[in-house]
Amino acid sequence: MDNSNRLLLNGNEAVAHAALDAQVHLGTGYPGTPSTEILETLSAIGGKAQWAPNEKVAIEVAIGVAFGNGRALATMKHVGLNVAADPLFTATHTGVTGALVIVVADDPGMASSQNEQDSRRYAVAAGAPMLEPSDSQEAYDYFLSALEISHRWSTPVLLRLTTRICHSKSIVERHDVKPVTGDPYFEHDRPARVMVPAHARPAHRRLRKRLLELQAWNESSDLNTILGADSDLGIIAAGVSVAHALEAAPGARLFKLAMSYPFPIERMRAFAASVKRCVVIEEGDPVLVDACRAAGIDVTGKAEMYRFGELNVGRVKRILAGDTSDEFVPPRGKPPQLCPGCPHRTAFDILGRHDCIVAGDIGCYTLGVLPPFSAMDTCVCMGAAVGVGLGLRHVLPPVQAKKVVSVIGDSTFVHGGITGLVEMVYNPPETGHVLLILDNSTTAMTGLQEHPGTGRTLDHRETGRVVFEDLARSLGVPRVSVVDPRKPEEFEKELLDCLESGELCVLIARSPCILAAKLMRKLEKEKAGE
Amino acid sequence: MKKAAKPGSRVINIVIAGLGGQGVLKSSDMLAYAAFRSGRDVKKAEVHGMSQRGGSVTSDVRFGDRVLSPMVPPGEADYLVVLENTQVEPARHRLRDDGTLLQAAAIDRESLPTAKALNVAMLGMLSVHLDIPEPNWYEAIEAHLPGNLHEANRKAFEVGRAAAGKEKSDA
Repeated sequence: MDNSNRLLLNGNEAVAHAALDAQVHLGTGYPGTPSTEILETLSAIGGKAQWAPNEKVAIEVAIGVAFGNGRALATMKHVGLNVAADPLFTATHTGVTGALVIVVADDPGMASSQNEQDSRRYAVAAGAPMLEPSDSQEAYDYFLSALEISHRWSTPVLLRLTTRICHSKSIVERHDVKPVTGDPYFEHDRPARVMVPAHARPAHRRLRKRLLELQAWNESSDLNTILGADSDLGIIAAGVSVAHALEAAPGARLFKLAMSYPFPIERMRAFAASVKRCVVIEEGDPVLVDACRAAGIDVTGKAEMYRFGELNVGRVKRILAGDTSDEFVPPRGKPPQLCPGCPHRTAFDILGRHDCIVAGDIGCYTLGVLPPFSAMDTCVCMGAAVGVGLGLRHVLPPVQAKKVVSVIGDSTFVHGGITGLVEMVYNPPETGHVLLILDNSTTAMTGLQEHPGTGRTLDHRETGRVVFEDLARSLGVPRVSVVDPRKPEEFEKELLDCLESGELCVLIARSPCILAAKLMRKLEKEKAGE
Repeated sequence: MKKAAKPGSRVINIVIAGLGGQGVLKSSDMLAYAAFRSGRDVKKAEVHGMSQRGGSVTSDVRFGDRVLSPMVPPGEADYLVVLENTQVEPARHRLRDDGTLLQAAAIDRESLPTAKALNVAMLGMLSVHLDIPEPNWYEAIEAHLPGNLHEANRKAFEVGRAAAGKEKSDA
């Protein structure tokens, strides 16, 4: 069998190939499991891709590309869309000229995330159409559809993936693709793009009208399909739930949504009426089932217990059978841990021994919460270490306040910690504060991505570098120091001096990630050879 | 010992388990690729992120005429391939009652060209149970590893195949 024009790709790689084939001008985003490989692959296969400092900036850059009649891709994990929600909600008002597809990757079951939010809510809240592929082929195809829809209706489009789409491989056939727009150019359109209230009021009306048009289109679009012969049992599903449902109930009739928002309500109504019993199979929040019920469609949803975690074939069978008995709890595997040779283990050893109150953050170093360290007290979202630490300093009695340390990694500091540092300078606690930046010169947790603090681009080329100590000094932080965590005595002394000083301190513990060391040596060598 | 079904029959389910850094994901990539090159429909699912921090890692590979869910349904693995002894118990529930457990203990480490190639040796062991032509396995090794590692990993694959043959004749 000749399968030379077919590829075995995971969903992320499939999106990257679609972006390349559709000649997307720029892909931008911030690394986050399970979305990271989209931009890495796009860059590796010859597309233009870059890491932004965070998702908000990424979407803003992508909006600029699309305002200039370009084809733009922005990628992020679900919590990244929270950061980017501000530009998203107004970009649906302005609309776009070229095309803008925002890929958001949810993590039901939280394999590597701090919460289990369902991004489908964003489609409704922001008024953006959403497509949900159920395998890699559809990740490829729906990305192309999303670009077309974006251009045709001048709207940002959300392509929602989940862990099992992003990180599952299946066979993809690429096809010839024509770009949906011509070359980039700029044409003034101030009423559409300058969202002062006088412009935004009609823009909101345009948004609602566009959604009605999109819904009408979705009611008859051949993207949505009905699978299976006539049956008493009907299932409505989208995304990976489609694959589970087809396997769990091979005899059922299944309405498979490709564009899950705006909801094709009338088609779902007709489908539900065509079967004796209609069950909505969806991972996460009861989004589709609520939409159906609000429209008076007679459907069954899942018991609340299935709202938590991922679905699989076994769980879908249970949902269909109405089984709410206790589920099998698999034995726990070995939890992850800070690498045995990680130089940044020292920090948690010191913080633990001195009984510090540690406002932590997101990255490998969050593992400092686990034994043997048990040296982290809070972790909320990217950058929260700084603000949460300051809040604790403001309110705690001095004896405790003096023990508060904010601990953040280098990539996370760039992503969400810099504005916290501005807050520290602007509203200093009476006892001062210590911000400890664990700088391993990479985004380690997501698989060693570059960021503005490394001075290298996504594809490891040299570029401008944000120097944390210079930044802190320029903001007026009175005490800024850099230590090598591989010299624990010096590190400990400096940390204790900072805590004792009662000043505002930024302490940077700098030592590269041991997993990145090989790559870094190679890059240094190349640089020296130039 | 049973032989996996021929093309045209039901989906074959394989779960590979081990610890972060052992090459669980790499070996499942090779397995999925070998099945793909042999002309089957293939799906493979795994979870990234925390995996490279030394924790438990599993990867599901399914192939056959048509594969639907990317995840091996609970308790339906035909083969459970375990790269590290401590990971047998956490993963055993994935295996069918009549499924086959393949453990790293069956591989003589001394005979491996490099300890890192254990994952590929385990694929060699698995390969005697599956109806995937031998050239597809070597294609998979070549597609997933840099050139300087091909020879060592071909060797490791053969070590695994021989170990499986030995088990067969003992049985």
